[in-house]
Amino acid sequence: MRLLVAVLAFGAGTAHAADAARGRALYESRCIGCHSIDANRVGPAHRGVFGRKAGTAKDYDYSPALRAATVVWDARSLERWLADPERLIPGQRMGYSVPDAADRADLVEYLRAESTRQRSGAT
Amino acid sequence: MNHSNIVVPARRRFLGTAGKATLSVAAIALLAGNEALAQSMSGTMQDVGILNVALGLEHEAINAYQLGAASGLLQKPVLDVAVLFQSHHQGHRDALIATIRKLGGTPVAEKPLDDYARALKADTLKSQADILELAARLELGATNAYLGVIPAFKDAGLAKVAGRLAADETMHWSILSSAMGKPMPMAALTFGA
Repeated sequence: MRLLVAVLAFGAGTAHAADAARGRALYESRCIGCHSIDANRVGPAHRGVFGRKAGTAKDYDYSPALRAATVVWDARSLERWLADPERLIPGQRMGYSVPDAADRADLVEYLRAESTRQRSGAT
Repeated sequence: MNHSNIVVPARRRFLGTAGKATLSVAAIALLAGNEALAQSMSGTMQDVGILNVALGLEHEAINAYQLGAASGLLQKPVLDVAVLFQSHHQGHRDALIATIRKLGGTPVAEKPLDDYARALKADTLKSQADILELAARLELGATNAYLGVIPAFKDAGLAKVAGRLAADETMHWSILSSAMGKPMPMAALTFGA
Protein backbone atom coordinates (compact mmCIF):
# COMPACT_ATOMS: atom_id res chain seq x y z
CA MET A 1 0.00 0.00 0.00
CA ARG A 2 2.83 2.33 0.89
CA LEU A 3 4.37 1.57 -2.49
CA LEU A 4 1.09 2.32 -4.26
CA VAL A 5 0.80 5.68 -2.51
CA ALA A 6 4.37 6.48 -3.45
CA VAL A 7 3.73 5.58 -7.08
CA LEU A 8 0.58 7.69 -7.18
CA ALA A 9 2.38 10.62 -5.59
CA PHE A 10 5.20 10.33 -8.13
CA GLY A 11 2.69 10.21 -10.95
CA ALA A 12 0.91 13.29 -9.70
CA GLY A 13 4.20 15.11 -9.36
CA THR A 14 5.19 14.42 -12.94
CA ALA A 15 1.84 15.25 -14.55
CA HIS A 16 2.29 17.47 -17.60
CA ALA A 17 1.72 21.13 -16.90
CA ALA A 18 0.21 22.55 -20.06
CA ASP A 19 2.45 25.16 -21.62
CA ALA A 20 0.87 27.74 -23.93
CA ALA A 21 4.25 28.98 -25.20
CA ARG A 22 5.22 25.50 -26.30
CA GLY A 23 1.72 25.10 -27.70
CA ARG A 24 2.27 28.19 -29.82
CA ALA A 25 5.49 26.72 -31.24
CA LEU A 26 3.70 23.46 -31.99
CA TYR A 27 0.87 25.37 -33.64
CA GLU A 28 3.36 27.26 -35.81
CA SER A 29 5.02 24.07 -37.04
CA ARG A 30 2.11 21.62 -37.25
CA CYS A 31 -1.14 23.50 -37.66
CA ILE A 32 -0.10 26.51 -39.72
CA GLY A 33 -0.23 24.54 -42.96
CA CYS A 34 -4.01 24.66 -42.80
CA HIS A 35 -5.02 26.95 -39.92
CA SER A 36 -4.53 30.49 -38.71
CA ILE A 37 -5.75 32.04 -35.50
CA ASP A 38 -7.57 34.90 -37.22
CA ALA A 39 -8.44 33.69 -40.73
CA ASN A 40 -10.35 30.85 -42.32
CA ARG A 41 -7.97 29.03 -44.62
CA VAL A 42 -7.99 25.33 -45.48
CA GLY A 43 -9.29 24.92 -41.95
CA PRO A 44 -11.36 27.32 -39.85
CA ALA A 45 -9.97 30.23 -37.81
CA HIS A 46 -9.20 29.32 -34.21
CA ARG A 47 -9.71 32.64 -32.46
CA GLY A 48 -12.55 32.15 -29.99
CA VAL A 49 -12.72 28.40 -30.44
CA PHE A 50 -13.11 27.87 -26.69
CA GLY A 51 -16.80 27.83 -25.91
CA ARG A 52 -17.78 27.74 -29.58
CA LYS A 53 -20.08 25.05 -30.91
CA ALA A 54 -18.36 22.84 -33.47
CA GLY A 55 -19.01 23.81 -37.07
CA THR A 56 -19.90 27.44 -36.39
CA ALA A 57 -16.80 29.54 -37.16
CA LYS A 58 -18.07 32.49 -39.18
CA ASP A 59 -17.96 32.09 -42.99
CA TYR A 60 -16.15 28.73 -42.95
CA ASP A 61 -17.47 26.00 -45.26
CA TYR A 62 -17.74 22.99 -42.94
CA SER A 63 -18.36 19.36 -43.76
CA PRO A 64 -21.92 18.12 -43.12
CA ALA A 65 -20.54 16.12 -40.16
CA LEU A 66 -19.19 19.22 -38.43
CA ARG A 67 -22.31 21.23 -39.18
CA ALA A 68 -24.44 18.53 -37.58
CA ALA A 69 -22.16 18.03 -34.57
CA THR A 70 -23.36 19.02 -31.10
CA VAL A 71 -19.89 19.27 -29.57
CA VAL A 72 -18.96 22.49 -27.81
CA TRP A 73 -15.22 23.09 -27.79
CA ASP A 74 -13.57 23.04 -24.39
CA ALA A 75 -10.31 21.57 -23.11
CA ARG A 76 -11.68 18.04 -22.97
CA SER A 77 -13.41 18.01 -26.34
CA LEU A 78 -10.45 19.68 -28.07
CA GLU A 79 -8.13 17.09 -26.52
CA ARG A 80 -10.34 14.29 -27.84
CA TRP A 81 -10.56 15.97 -31.24
CA LEU A 82 -6.80 16.31 -31.58
CA ALA A 83 -6.29 12.71 -30.45
CA ASP A 84 -8.65 11.27 -33.04
CA PRO A 85 -10.94 13.65 -34.98
CA GLU A 86 -12.74 10.86 -36.80
CA ARG A 87 -13.59 9.07 -33.58
CA LEU A 88 -15.09 12.19 -32.04
CA ILE A 89 -17.01 13.34 -35.13
CA PRO A 90 -17.26 10.62 -37.80
CA GLY A 91 -17.30 11.95 -41.34
CA GLN A 92 -15.24 15.06 -40.59
CA ARG A 93 -12.45 16.03 -42.98
CA MET A 94 -9.32 16.49 -40.84
CA GLY A 95 -7.00 13.56 -41.41
CA TYR A 96 -4.41 15.00 -39.05
CA SER A 97 -4.13 13.98 -35.40
CA VAL A 98 -1.74 14.66 -32.54
CA PRO A 99 -0.71 11.36 -30.95
CA ASP A 100 1.25 12.75 -27.98
CA ALA A 101 -0.86 13.75 -24.96
CA ALA A 102 1.58 16.42 -23.79
CA ASP A 103 1.56 18.02 -27.25
CA ARG A 104 -2.24 18.01 -27.24
CA ALA A 105 -2.35 19.62 -23.81
CA ASP A 106 0.03 22.37 -24.87
CA LEU A 107 -1.87 23.06 -28.09
CA VAL A 108 -5.15 23.24 -26.20
CA GLU A 109 -3.60 25.60 -23.65
CA TYR A 110 -2.42 27.86 -26.47
CA LEU A 111 -5.89 27.90 -28.01
CA ARG A 112 -7.37 28.67 -24.59
CA ALA A 113 -4.94 31.57 -24.17
CA GLU A 114 -5.84 32.96 -27.58
CA SER A 115 -9.55 32.71 -26.80
CA THR A 116 -9.03 34.48 -23.48
CA ARG A 117 -7.00 37.19 -25.21
CA GLN A 118 -9.91 37.84 -27.55
CA ARG A 119 -12.35 38.24 -24.68
CA SER A 120 -9.95 40.58 -22.88
CA GLY A 121 -9.47 42.61 -26.03
CA ALA A 122 -13.22 42.88 -26.56
CA THR A 123 -13.92 44.42 -23.20
CA MET B 1 2.51 13.65 -67.91
CA ASN B 2 -0.42 11.61 -66.67
CA HIS B 3 -0.22 12.19 -62.92
CA SER B 4 -3.24 10.05 -62.23
CA ASN B 5 -1.36 6.92 -63.17
CA ILE B 6 1.34 7.83 -60.66
CA VAL B 7 -0.90 8.38 -57.70
CA VAL B 8 -3.84 6.02 -58.17
CA PRO B 9 -3.25 2.43 -57.13
CA ALA B 10 -4.67 -0.26 -59.42
CA ARG B 11 -7.59 -1.12 -57.14
CA ARG B 12 -8.52 2.53 -56.89
CA ARG B 13 -8.31 2.94 -60.66
CA PHE B 14 -10.92 0.23 -60.87
CA LEU B 15 -13.07 1.97 -58.30
CA GLY B 16 -12.57 5.22 -60.16
CA THR B 17 -14.05 3.80 -63.31
CA ALA B 18 -17.29 3.47 -61.41
CA GLY B 19 -17.17 7.24 -61.04
CA LYS B 20 -20.04 8.75 -59.13
CA ALA B 21 -21.60 5.33 -58.65
CA THR B 22 -19.08 4.57 -55.88
CA LEU B 23 -21.26 5.75 -53.03
CA SER B 24 -24.25 3.90 -54.39
CA VAL B 25 -22.21 0.72 -54.52
CA ALA B 26 -21.26 1.25 -50.87
CA ALA B 27 -24.88 1.69 -49.91
CA ILE B 28 -25.89 -1.39 -51.85
CA ALA B 29 -23.09 -3.39 -50.24
CA LEU B 30 -24.26 -2.32 -46.81
CA LEU B 31 -27.86 -3.16 -47.59
CA ALA B 32 -26.77 -6.53 -48.92
CA GLY B 33 -24.97 -7.28 -45.66
CA ASN B 34 -21.48 -7.01 -47.18
CA GLU B 35 -19.96 -4.87 -44.44
CA ALA B 36 -16.40 -5.45 -45.62
CA LEU B 37 -17.15 -4.00 -49.04
CA ALA B 38 -19.14 -1.16 -47.51
CA GLN B 39 -16.24 -0.34 -45.19
CA SER B 40 -13.86 -0.37 -48.14
CA MET B 41 -16.05 2.13 -49.96
CA SER B 42 -16.35 4.24 -46.83
CA GLY B 43 -12.56 4.19 -46.52
CA THR B 44 -12.28 5.41 -50.10
CA MET B 45 -14.45 8.40 -49.33
CA GLN B 46 -12.41 9.15 -46.20
CA ASP B 47 -9.30 9.15 -48.36
CA VAL B 48 -11.01 11.46 -50.83
CA GLY B 49 -11.77 13.82 -47.95
CA ILE B 50 -8.10 13.92 -46.94
CA LEU B 51 -7.03 14.43 -50.56
CA ASN B 52 -9.45 17.34 -50.84
CA VAL B 53 -7.94 19.00 -47.78
CA ALA B 54 -4.54 18.54 -49.44
CA LEU B 55 -5.92 20.09 -52.62
CA GLY B 56 -7.12 23.10 -50.64
CA LEU B 57 -3.63 23.46 -49.26
CA GLU B 58 -2.13 23.32 -52.75
CA HIS B 59 -4.59 25.92 -54.07
CA GLU B 60 -3.46 28.22 -51.27
CA ALA B 61 0.25 27.59 -51.97
CA ILE B 62 -0.17 28.38 -55.68
CA ASN B 63 -1.92 31.63 -54.83
CA ALA B 64 0.62 32.53 -52.14
CA TYR B 65 3.43 32.26 -54.68
CA GLN B 66 1.29 34.21 -57.16
CA LEU B 67 0.93 37.01 -54.63
CA GLY B 68 4.67 36.96 -54.04
CA ALA B 69 5.58 36.89 -57.73
CA ALA B 70 3.17 39.71 -58.57
CA SER B 71 4.19 41.88 -55.63
CA GLY B 72 7.23 43.37 -57.35
CA LEU B 73 9.19 42.69 -54.18
CA LEU B 74 11.01 39.55 -55.34
CA GLN B 75 14.34 39.97 -57.11
CA LYS B 76 16.00 37.47 -59.42
CA PRO B 77 16.97 34.71 -58.79
CA VAL B 78 14.48 34.48 -55.89
CA LEU B 79 11.64 35.31 -58.26
CA ASP B 80 12.61 32.42 -60.54
CA VAL B 81 12.69 30.05 -57.57
CA ALA B 82 9.24 31.22 -56.46
CA VAL B 83 7.84 30.59 -59.93
CA LEU B 84 9.46 27.16 -60.00
CA PHE B 85 8.00 26.25 -56.61
CA GLN B 86 4.60 27.50 -57.77
CA SER B 87 4.86 25.13 -60.74
CA HIS B 88 5.57 22.25 -58.34
CA HIS B 89 2.41 23.09 -56.43
CA GLN B 90 0.49 23.23 -59.70
CA GLY B 91 1.78 19.74 -60.43
CA HIS B 92 0.58 18.61 -56.99
CA ARG B 93 -2.79 20.22 -57.64
CA ASP B 94 -3.22 18.51 -61.00
CA ALA B 95 -2.27 15.12 -59.56
CA LEU B 96 -4.65 15.51 -56.62
CA ILE B 97 -7.54 16.61 -58.85
CA ALA B 98 -7.01 13.62 -61.15
CA THR B 99 -6.87 11.24 -58.19
CA ILE B 100 -9.95 12.65 -56.48
CA ARG B 101 -11.92 12.35 -59.72
CA LYS B 102 -10.71 8.80 -60.31
CA LEU B 103 -11.93 7.89 -56.85
CA GLY B 104 -15.38 9.31 -57.56
CA GLY B 105 -14.99 12.50 -55.56
CA THR B 106 -15.44 16.16 -56.44
CA PRO B 107 -12.29 18.28 -56.20
CA VAL B 108 -12.58 21.34 -53.99
CA ALA B 109 -12.54 24.54 -56.04
CA GLU B 110 -9.90 27.24 -55.98
CA LYS B 111 -11.01 30.53 -54.37
CA PRO B 112 -10.46 33.99 -55.85
CA LEU B 113 -6.94 35.38 -55.39
CA ASP B 114 -8.27 38.16 -53.15
CA ASP B 115 -9.57 35.60 -50.65
CA TYR B 116 -6.10 34.11 -50.27
CA ALA B 117 -4.60 37.59 -50.03
CA ARG B 118 -6.89 38.44 -47.11
CA ALA B 119 -6.36 35.13 -45.30
CA LEU B 120 -2.57 35.37 -45.66
CA LYS B 121 -2.51 39.08 -44.80
CA ALA B 122 -0.71 39.89 -48.04
CA ASP B 123 -1.05 43.60 -47.31
CA THR B 124 1.51 43.19 -44.52
CA LEU B 125 4.20 41.89 -46.90
CA LYS B 126 6.58 44.80 -47.46
CA SER B 127 9.82 43.15 -48.54
CA GLN B 128 11.36 40.08 -50.14
CA ALA B 129 12.26 38.85 -46.66
CA ASP B 130 8.59 39.06 -45.58
CA ILE B 131 7.54 36.95 -48.56
CA LEU B 132 10.26 34.37 -47.97
CA GLU B 133 9.27 34.16 -44.31
CA LEU B 134 5.61 33.55 -45.19
CA ALA B 135 6.50 31.01 -47.87
CA ALA B 136 8.78 29.11 -45.49
CA ARG B 137 6.07 29.04 -42.80
CA LEU B 138 3.55 27.64 -45.26
CA GLU B 139 5.99 25.08 -46.66
CA LEU B 140 6.90 23.84 -43.19
CA GLY B 141 3.23 23.63 -42.28
CA ALA B 142 2.52 21.71 -45.46
CA THR B 143 5.41 19.32 -44.80
CA ASN B 144 4.09 18.51 -41.36
CA ALA B 145 0.50 18.32 -42.56
CA TYR B 146 1.36 15.77 -45.25
CA LEU B 147 3.47 13.71 -42.89
CA GLY B 148 0.71 13.90 -40.29
CA VAL B 149 -2.02 12.52 -42.53
CA ILE B 150 -0.03 9.51 -43.74
CA PRO B 151 -1.41 7.18 -41.02
CA ALA B 152 -4.98 8.27 -41.76
CA PHE B 153 -5.04 6.97 -45.33
CA LYS B 154 -6.81 3.66 -45.78
CA ASP B 155 -4.86 3.04 -48.99
CA ALA B 156 -1.11 2.58 -48.62
CA GLY B 157 -0.53 3.89 -52.13
CA LEU B 158 -2.11 7.19 -51.22
CA ALA B 159 -0.08 7.32 -48.02
CA LYS B 160 3.02 7.06 -50.19
CA VAL B 161 1.76 9.96 -52.30
CA ALA B 162 1.47 12.06 -49.13
CA GLY B 163 5.08 11.16 -48.38
CA ARG B 164 6.17 12.29 -51.84
CA LEU B 165 4.29 15.57 -51.46
CA ALA B 166 5.93 16.09 -48.06
CA ALA B 167 9.34 15.52 -49.65
CA ASP B 168 8.71 18.31 -52.18
CA GLU B 169 7.54 20.68 -49.44
CA THR B 170 10.60 19.85 -47.35
CA MET B 171 12.81 20.68 -50.32
CA HIS B 172 11.04 24.02 -50.69
CA TRP B 173 11.36 24.82 -46.99
CA SER B 174 15.06 23.92 -46.99
CA ILE B 175 15.87 26.16 -49.95
CA LEU B 176 13.80 29.05 -48.60
CA SER B 177 15.45 28.75 -45.18
CA SER B 178 18.86 28.72 -46.81
CA ALA B 179 17.98 31.81 -48.83
CA MET B 180 17.05 33.57 -45.59
CA GLY B 181 20.34 32.53 -44.01
CA LYS B 182 18.67 30.40 -41.37
CA PRO B 183 20.61 27.54 -39.82
CA MET B 184 19.85 23.94 -40.64
CA PRO B 185 18.00 21.94 -37.98
CA MET B 186 20.52 20.54 -35.52
CA ALA B 187 18.41 17.60 -34.40
CA ALA B 188 17.40 14.53 -36.38
CA LEU B 189 13.74 13.78 -37.09
CA THR B 190 12.81 17.46 -37.16
CA PHE B 191 9.81 17.11 -39.45
CA GLY B 192 6.46 15.55 -38.68
CA ALA B 193 7.12 15.23 -34.96
